[in-house]
Amino acid sequence: MTKKADKIDRLAELMQTSEVTSGASLWREAMRRLKASKMAIIGAVIIALFVLLAIIGPWLAPHSPSAQTWRGEVFANKGQFVGARGENWFGLDHLGRDMFSRILVGARQTLMVGVVSMLIGLIVGALVGVLSGAAATLGGRTGERVDTVIMRFTDIMLSLPSLLLAVSIAAVMGQSLTTVMIAVGVVQIPIFARLLRGSMLVQGSSDYVLAAKALGIRKKRIVLTQILPNSLSPVIVQATLSLATAIIEAAALSYLGLGNPDPAIPEWGVMLAQAERFFDNEPMMAAYPAIGIIITALGFTLLGEAMREALDPKLRG
Amino acid sequence: MALLSVEELSVTFTAKGRKDSTAVDGVSFDVDQGQVVGLVGESGCGKSVTSLALMGLLPGKGVKVGGRAEFDGKDLLSMSPRKLRDMRGSQLAMIFQDPLSSLNPVVPIGVQVTEILERHRGLKGEAARKEAANLLDRVGIPDPTRRLKEYPHQLSGGMRQRALIAMAVACAPRLLIADEPTTALDVTIQAQILELLKELVDQEGTALLMITHDLGVVAGLCDQVNVLYAGRAVESAGRRELFAHPTHPYAHGLLGSIPRLDAPRGEPLSPIRGSINDRIAWADGCAFAPRCDYYTMECLTGTPELTEPRAAGHQVRCVNPVLPKPKAEVSA
Repeated sequence: MTKKADKIDRLAELMQTSEVTSGASLWREAMRRLKASKMAIIGAVIIALFVLLAIIGPWLAPHSPSAQTWRGEVFANKGQFVGARGENWFGLDHLGRDMFSRILVGARQTLMVGVVSMLIGLIVGALVGVLSGAAATLGGRTGERVDTVIMRFTDIMLSLPSLLLAVSIAAVMGQSLTTVMIAVGVVQIPIFARLLRGSMLVQGSSDYVLAAKALGIRKKRIVLTQILPNSLSPVIVQATLSLATAIIEAAALSYLGLGNPDPAIPEWGVMLAQAERFFDNEPMMAAYPAIGIIITALGFTLLGEAMREALDPKLRG
Repeated sequence: MALLSVEELSVTFTAKGRKDSTAVDGVSFDVDQGQVVGLVGESGCGKSVTSLALMGLLPGKGVKVGGRAEFDGKDLLSMSPRKLRDMRGSQLAMIFQDPLSSLNPVVPIGVQVTEILERHRGLKGEAARKEAANLLDRVGIPDPTRRLKEYPHQLSGGMRQRALIAMAVACAPRLLIADEPTTALDVTIQAQILELLKELVDQEGTALLMITHDLGVVAGLCDQVNVLYAGRAVESAGRRELFAHPTHPYAHGLLGSIPRLDAPRGEPLSPIRGSINDRIAWADGCAFAPRCDYYTMECLTGTPELTEPRAAGHQVRCVNPVLPKPKAEVSA
């Protein structure tokens, strides 16, 4: 008898645990899959370090990023530079400033440029995309026209080379960090808009939208609760990936001389631009900010790719 | 008068640079309160398009709908989209074929059920959740409060179809259209789902339009059966009458093609030749003629009329119906 009772208890216990582990929402499942991916972990670690650096960098910096403390030791016009040494880990730049401190302080600007311009692209692009997608899927004939107009407009934006578009915007708005962020953000708008609209079109013709229509659910609710939540995953992936492109494009704009002219606030792209002139004599001056940009972009790209895999419905278990 | 009365319903898909394709070509049938009417036919005969046309769910562009479909005296086909949307879910409801893809994958079941209660019955918050749990309980989902918090992929196929049925009957619709509700399920679950639908019809007096290709489902559930071929009804009769005396060669062939357990060993199956693509336009004659064993020149001169060659109320669209052979011939 006791044996039988034990057996039943054991069975109940096992059933209990299996109930707890029976997965949860799509997002939580994607999180679980992300945690199992090496690519995601490496990407997340790089991003975490970068963000940490951006926050505490200015306090970590051993020297002032703008003071030309060692001006007497560097003679840029004669090709005399000071490389890495005990006092200045990354050496000195052409004005006798400490490179290590400048890199640490510059991380904040670089992250801000990336995040803000990505957010500009994401928010405006998503709004345009939702409008267009909703109009196309449920708006009838007028909606289709609205969608066509919006999409032709984004096509025009997409057909311009992105750097050229960004340079034109920057040229109109003048030279500042805000300009760089807006210019890079605007370039991202049509990408997000097209992506979300396409994803919404696919979801709009799915069975559950038809089923919701058959139950008389209002169009607004169908868009908000049925189509939109199911269309978001590619946009989230794109947002992560575009952080990397935004940082690179911002660096490119800074390199072209459209970035922040204020020497007190170092930024990796500007540093790279300034280093170009002295590349023959002191290549390391360009190498540090460049490596920083590459590693950061790599981090966002790795996480983005891992998220793409985790959210792919075809791989959903 | 019947609750739903469909007359000469036709649906034509048009596309630029292509020939128009007529999916439904003059289908007529009635559904009464508390009655189960079957639309039977093979893939591509226009069953699903008929149901979508009735619900007003066909895409607006490239589709021409003709004929009349009166529900409770109001014409569904000419109704304004807004009015029709208010009817859907409350008066008319539909159950789809694939229960997984018909549920929103990123929203818990509970939200999807309460959504309808909110929309059509004005229930909110706790009241809506309670009613949703009641509904799930009624369609036989155990532990409904827990299930409400779960996502579609956590439910089994049968459970999902039950949830969809719960959503469809949430507002006690007067007509329920079931488009092959059991096709994606295995046989035991099929039987349970059919039992559930039968119960709903018996208890609520809901009219049920059952769309299926499964003659077993028809035999178990339907009162009246319409056999469709190439977008037209070819035979229409009560269930017993149809199964006992299939008279159109197509219906005859369908029933004859079912493998029987009591058939002698080694007896070959008797399929219907060809496929639904081997057909002629109804305007030119009987669309089934190319596959028919009985066709004559008469079959190729215009659409055959519906006649009642065997019994009153048993309509057959055929000039050479399969009738019992005269006694003399059998003995010869």
